[in-house]
Amino acid sequence: MNRLMERYLRLDALPTLFCPGCGNGIVQNAAITAIDNLGIRKDIACVSGIGCSSWIPCYYNMDVMHTTHGRALAFAQGLKLSCPDKKVLVFTGDGDCLAIGGNHMLHACKRNIDMAVIMVNNHIYGMTGGQKSPATPKGVRTKTSPWGAYDEPMEGAELAISMGATYVARWTTAHPVQLEKSIRAGIEHKGFSFIEVISQCPIQSGKGVYGDKDPSFILNYLKKNSYVYKEGMEEPRGKIKCGILKHDNDKTEYIERMQTQLQQYREGKTAKEKKGGAKNK
Amino acid sequence: MIITVDAVRCKGCNICVSICTKQVFTLSAKRNNYGTTMPEAVKEKECIGCKLCEKLCPDAAINVEE
Repeated sequence: MNRLMERYLRLDALPTLFCPGCGNGIVQNAAITAIDNLGIRKDIACVSGIGCSSWIPCYYNMDVMHTTHGRALAFAQGLKLSCPDKKVLVFTGDGDCLAIGGNHMLHACKRNIDMAVIMVNNHIYGMTGGQKSPATPKGVRTKTSPWGAYDEPMEGAELAISMGATYVARWTTAHPVQLEKSIRAGIEHKGFSFIEVISQCPIQSGKGVYGDKDPSFILNYLKKNSYVYKEGMEEPRGKIKCGILKHDNDKTEYIERMQTQLQQYREGKTAKEKKGGAKNK
Repeated sequence: MIITVDAVRCKGCNICVSICTKQVFTLSAKRNNYGTTMPEAVKEKECIGCKLCEKLCPDAAINVEE
């Protein structure tokens, strides 16, 4: 077994319940490498919701919270507000984050609260048996769209940019090194960082989305059909846009904003009390 | 380079076989604990140590050491 993973995983819980060739394992490796590079094993807390992708942190031998469906971000915000010194890392999937937890995601982005969110997008509800999710591409056959999905897919990264998240990146599982660096930058970044990972689900979405169930075929497909975005470049059509899509250090963070406002309120109150006291005399 | 594939962890997805640029891995008749055929590192001497197989193995079964 990999020496690095051996130190970080709960060996009694292995093997993982992921199918052979699942992309979640690659995300697991990338996140562990990023945490190991930063050396913050004792300062980090992982939060996850429900779904295949939310099983990723459950095998980590550190602080992990496995919460209710779609509410991973709500729990994570509560955790961050009660322990502001902890670094919070949230693992969600496309069904968890965009469908049932969509509202929580919008508001967490808007608040710009300091946490890193990894959204593993496999274009399908994998755990429940291959139903159509909000991120399923148009025309894809699933269990609940047997004649092809006829609505437009939801783009998680674009949604996060428009709602005011300050660090947004998108990678596929075929870019493991770039993904590691992005997770590291997301954890270090002060503000809401959203990292979308296009992942393969060979069992449920393999045939519908990519045309083959073989995980290595899907990885090669993802590598060929993606490009790294840089500002001002021409964007090829029909390919996955990867790269760091937004990095903004100017916006103030939620907890900082709250503390300055509280301090202002306290100062105003004491000044008022002093004034009132003088009048009474 | 010493490359080991753990038979307890491997699930036989064959990502490592297709992703290696030097074709170090080949499919063998050996079975892992999951019940599928697992890859074997045959051309260990040709390995350049990019560790892409280590990073892309979903079950952390591969270990590459110098």
